[in-house]
Amino acid sequence: MTEPLLEITDLRVAFHARHGKVRAVDGVSLTVAPGECLGIVGESGSGKSVTFAAVMGLIRPPGRIEAGRIRFAGRDLVGLDAASYRQLRGRDIAMTLQDAQTSLNPALTVGTQIIEVLAAHGEGNARARAVEMMTMVGIPAAERRLGDYPHQFSGGMRQRMMVAIALSCRPKLLIADEPTTALDVTIQAQVLELIASIRAKLGMSVVLITHDLGVVADYCDRVAVMYAGQIVEAGRTADIIGSPRHPYTEGLLASVPDLHNLDRPIRPIEGQVPDLIDLPPGCRFLPRCPKARPDCAKPVPMRAVGEGRNVRCVLT
Amino acid sequence: MSPSLLLHRLLQLLPVLLGVTVIVFGMMSLTPGDPAETMLANQNATPAQIATLRHDMGLDRSLPVRFASFLTHAVQGDFGQSLFHHRPVAAVIAERLPATVELSAAALLFSLLLAIPLGVIAAVHRGGLLDRLATVGSLFGVSLPGFWFGILLLLVFAVDFRLLPVSGAIDYASQPPTITGFLILDSLLALRLDSLGNALAHLLLPAITLGLPMAAILMRVTRASMLEVLRQDYITFAEAKGLSRARILGLHALKNALLPTITVAAIETGSLLGGNMVVETVFGWPGLGRLVVESIFARNYPLVQAAVLLYALTYVLVNFCADLLYTVLNPRVRM
Ligand SMILES: Nc1ncnc2c1ncn2[C@@H]1O[C@H](COP(=O)(O)OP(=O)(O)O)[C@@H](O)[C@H]1O
Ligand code: SF4
Ligand SMILES: [Mg+2]
Repeated sequence: MTEPLLEITDLRVAFHARHGKVRAVDGVSLTVAPGECLGIVGESGSGKSVTFAAVMGLIRPPGRIEAGRIRFAGRDLVGLDAASYRQLRGRDIAMTLQDAQTSLNPALTVGTQIIEVLAAHGEGNARARAVEMMTMVGIPAAERRLGDYPHQFSGGMRQRMMVAIALSCRPKLLIADEPTTALDVTIQAQVLELIASIRAKLGMSVVLITHDLGVVADYCDRVAVMYAGQIVEAGRTADIIGSPRHPYTEGLLASVPDLHNLDRPIRPIEGQVPDLIDLPPGCRFLPRCPKARPDCAKPVPMRAVGEGRNVRCVLT
Repeated sequence: MSPSLLLHRLLQLLPVLLGVTVIVFGMMSLTPGDPAETMLANQNATPAQIATLRHDMGLDRSLPVRFASFLTHAVQGDFGQSLFHHRPVAAVIAERLPATVELSAAALLFSLLLAIPLGVIAAVHRGGLLDRLATVGSLFGVSLPGFWFGILLLLVFAVDFRLLPVSGAIDYASQPPTITGFLILDSLLALRLDSLGNALAHLLLPAITLGLPMAAILMRVTRASMLEVLRQDYITFAEAKGLSRARILGLHALKNALLPTITVAAIETGSLLGGNMVVETVFGWPGLGRLVVESIFARNYPLVQAAVLLYALTYVLVNFCADLLYTVLNPRVRM
């Protein structure tokens, strides 16, 4: 197997709140190979964004990386000095944020906002490359739109703009945090196709964060399912969608319509994501799990089941 | 903003000014005491003499006629004679105005230069030593009366240490030739460095006294809006782009955070006008504020009337300029 581009080992991130410590990410390990697309799924609040904020070095107080290693292209990122991190961000690892509507600065033109990334990383010809990138993501009349402000763009165009900014320095890894959540279905598909085609063209790796397993099925080589700060199941997309082993993954699949079997009823998972403060030591899905057994209350480790597949459940 | 829109916005100011004029005129008409009697108070005037003066002053005409006459004169800058200067009100005010403008501008500049960097630093190092010092300091700045602080400054720097002049805008010997009436400007135009230094030395304490309460407010506004802005997604995205800290704070954050600061600064500039009266009196500043205070005590109605109108006009124009600046900073309201 080739050396992974990104390797996260036993990452723990906590936020110190008045009433206790929120363990937002609790022992996450994963890898992303060069050129690969990894999907991250899970309900909101399961720690997807925080995990990759940690990769970007953007955990701010009261948050703290408590333990773990993040290796990217052979470098350790935890504890990396601010200046080196700044060179890495936007150039080697880029990220688009969950909400494109609020992620562009309303007081600056989109031209300024894309050209400044290129300039910050010492790329020549910034203006021409900005126009090229905007054209590549499908913004018509890009040259003319450089002077526009974000509020003059539609929601879909803002999402494209954010992708253009993220990709402008041709990063090795793109982290796309729920790139489609706020968009209607047609534009969703366009944005995902766009990311897929650029991935192919630039040969970059992509981490696609989403809570939509349908999206994962269409675009990701592998997928990691997160629940309450932990990965509960990970493996090749086809394996996991075809035969889920963890009751939470099963629940997620049952909660979305099955396009091949539209008669199957849609069953949302009952209950809520637990409070991440003072979690009991056992399986975190226990209160909501239809298959729970007494030994689920003891700590449940991640177990390898077959090639490249891991499940955190006593049933496996 | 297009010129026609600019004109449109300016025309919108007219009703406001007309309203203020009505109020000022109304207040003066309703004030007990007949101006003619007041003017002739200690002169043993006969009722016939008072009636003649009333006729000369137009006081025997109906209220609407008097208002129309007042208005037509006012738009031409004619506010009648100042009662004890025996010169036109407009001329007296014009003579005193530059000193007040200079003082207010210096106070505004001082408070912005102090408040914005302090507010930004306090927000960025929230909860740090500087944040706490600035917060406590601004509490004092807001709650202490400006003149109290002014007198303290005077006692320390002018009386005890004799570092700065006690009173006035310039020493007689350093007076530059009058070109514009603004001492700083005239000193520069005449290339008189001695005058410039002397004028600045006189300006320092009054400007600080006048500007400090405003700086305290602006610091708190800047800090609060900066904290709000720093939590926004676009700041996180700017960080994810690998931009320098200076660019993120100085451009991405500040350009948004300054909007409330500018709005409040505009409103507070109106209150500088009131603060002027106190500070000019404490520091013997030869400006409009002191003139108005003296005129109120002397019942010099025409001058007070004109000054109130001028204050209103200034207030409206300052807010108009703030609107324009706001438009420049905030593309979402640009049309
Ligand atoms: N700045 C923060 N302060 C406190 N808690 C936070 C902060 N950011 C995230 N969290 C907590 O971390 C948990 C995971 O959040 P997140 O990674 O955003 O979830 P997801 O992206 O999977 O929806 C949430 O429970 C949230 O409350
Ligand atoms: S460990 Fe137990 S509670 Fe947890 S998912 Fe498996 S069966 Fe359900
Ligand atoms: Mg998220």
